[in-house]
Amino acid sequence: MTVLFWILAVVAVVAGFAVFRLNSMAQVTFALLASFLAVAGLVMLLGLGYLGVVIVLMMVIEMVIMAVFMVMYMMNPAGLMPMAMYHNKSGSMAIAVGTFAVLAAGILLTDWPTRRGAPAPDQTFALGEALMGGQMLTMMTLGVTLFATIVGTVVLATARGRYDRFGDDLDRRRADDPAGGGPG
Amino acid sequence: MPEPMSAPAALPLWWVVVLPFLLVAVAAAVVAADASLTARARGARADVLLPVREAGRLLVGQRRRTVAADSVLWRAGGAVLPVAAVLAGVVLPLGLRPVADLSVGVVWFNAMEVLAWAAVWMVGWGPNSALGLVGGYRFVAQGLAYELPHMFAIITAALGAESLRPTDIVAAQRGLWFVVIMPVAFVVYLISATAMAFWGPFDAPVGRDVAGGAAAELSGVDRLVFAGGRRLLLVVAVALAVPLFLGGGAGPWLPAWLWVAVKTAVLLALVLLVRRRFPTIRADRFTEVAWIVLVPLTIVQALVVALLVLNRGGAG
Amino acid sequence: MTLQLFLLAAAGLFAIGLYGALSQQSIVMLMMGLELMLNGVILAAAALWFFLAPDGTDGPVLIVVVVTAMAIEMAAGFAVATAIYRARQVDMTDAAADLKG
Repeated sequence: MTVLFWILAVVAVVAGFAVFRLNSMAQVTFALLASFLAVAGLVMLLGLGYLGVVIVLMMVIEMVIMAVFMVMYMMNPAGLMPMAMYHNKSGSMAIAVGTFAVLAAGILLTDWPTRRGAPAPDQTFALGEALMGGQMLTMMTLGVTLFATIVGTVVLATARGRYDRFGDDLDRRRADDPAGGGPG
Repeated sequence: MPEPMSAPAALPLWWVVVLPFLLVAVAAAVVAADASLTARARGARADVLLPVREAGRLLVGQRRRTVAADSVLWRAGGAVLPVAAVLAGVVLPLGLRPVADLSVGVVWFNAMEVLAWAAVWMVGWGPNSALGLVGGYRFVAQGLAYELPHMFAIITAALGAESLRPTDIVAAQRGLWFVVIMPVAFVVYLISATAMAFWGPFDAPVGRDVAGGAAAELSGVDRLVFAGGRRLLLVVAVALAVPLFLGGGAGPWLPAWLWVAVKTAVLLALVLLVRRRFPTIRADRFTEVAWIVLVPLTIVQALVVALLVLNRGGAG
Repeated sequence: MTLQLFLLAAAGLFAIGLYGALSQQSIVMLMMGLELMLNGVILAAAALWFFLAPDGTDGPVLIVVVVTAMAIEMAAGFAVATAIYRARQVDMTDAAADLKG
């Protein structure tokens, strides 16, 4: 357990640091993924198997999508021409190190309370029960927020609306899409 | 809730070593069957040893290098593909018991399948080749489109059994196979499983129109690992349909492991025939179908199953 | 394996993410910094749950919230990046600082 913890923790932090050190943006994305996978491993190590696996599932998808956007928007995705794209590097570093120092001081100096109770035998079930019971409001808020995100992001990201697809009077039979095919 | 199985839940530890060989053997059988069918159609003699000879040829072949390749991601992607397939395979019940009886087995399975996206994209990106990257992008689009129906189909089976554990799902089908109460989920699962393994009509990511797509620049042992990993993924993805929808090892007369083998073989044969029957579907034609036809269908299917479960007094 | 060690690792992830979010010019890289910070939060939530109050479900619920927040952050971030890029081919934060007072 302890060995596993050290390996995963070191991988998480080192891969996290590599995100801002590597030149190739593709490698950066997958370094971030490695950091996420290590944290997912740590979460599983703490007995939250379901959440750990869900983090793996979500983060792999998210990072692959991120890689696509990264190739789309970065001027130098493969890092073949090393270039620095920073502003206020030293200030940021100072703030980051300061934050870490304050957090570490708090972590080491706090008199943490003792452990209370024991984990339920089936954490997946306990989580589901909480989300569908006492934490229902959290779940509802998340659902509504996600839905709002879907609508908002599509509105922001697309340049075409239904008038482009179905004509000014919305009377076109088949939608005029740049990519054909599909039922609509 | 189905009562817990009385037999010990997981296979002995040495199966960890056996499982990769078993899966590779099944994948090789699939390749051999496919090659034999091709040979038969051409009027030539069926060649069962073709996968072995082909593997040998690739093993001694030279590895291609390209200019300014991202070899870290390229090689990593190739290696991840078969590893992810085998890791997904550990939750498959071989007979009554899987190699690892995880309580979140089906989610684990899906997470490992998704690793294949990252792998194929990396293989397409790595060699610094336009056609390879086109293939990688195609697979990302295809994976995104088919992931949701795939997930809903898997979750529908888990819903019917009220458990994410594959052995519980099998146990819940002692009375009635899930394929009867959730036929839509079963069909969508098979379609999306072939799409996740970019097989059959969904092989646009490695299509001929882009000179092999993600695999365009692979040769020698790299091509062997990539092509083998893809077959492994297909075998594993199709094999999970047996515990999810076809009652796992349930059946008269024969032992459980043999039933699993027979059902898996039938499904694999079906997938092979579909691939030989239909041409590659263009990417822009199927992604929209997945989003606006398959996703609502699977949601309705899940709703129906949820009502059935509530009706029989489940979920306490 | 103690609470302090877990929290130190989480604080390290958070600080690295903060450094990236502050120092990177590209919107995409900035979002990677934000994700890394949330990654630290996940780890801290899991550790606090396990070592202090494992009988409740507050920790797992918090992780669900954070994971959702990550998904929303990325979707919204890329939507804004797409919109701003479509409008004027900009992908750097310094070039999109119109609202600066």
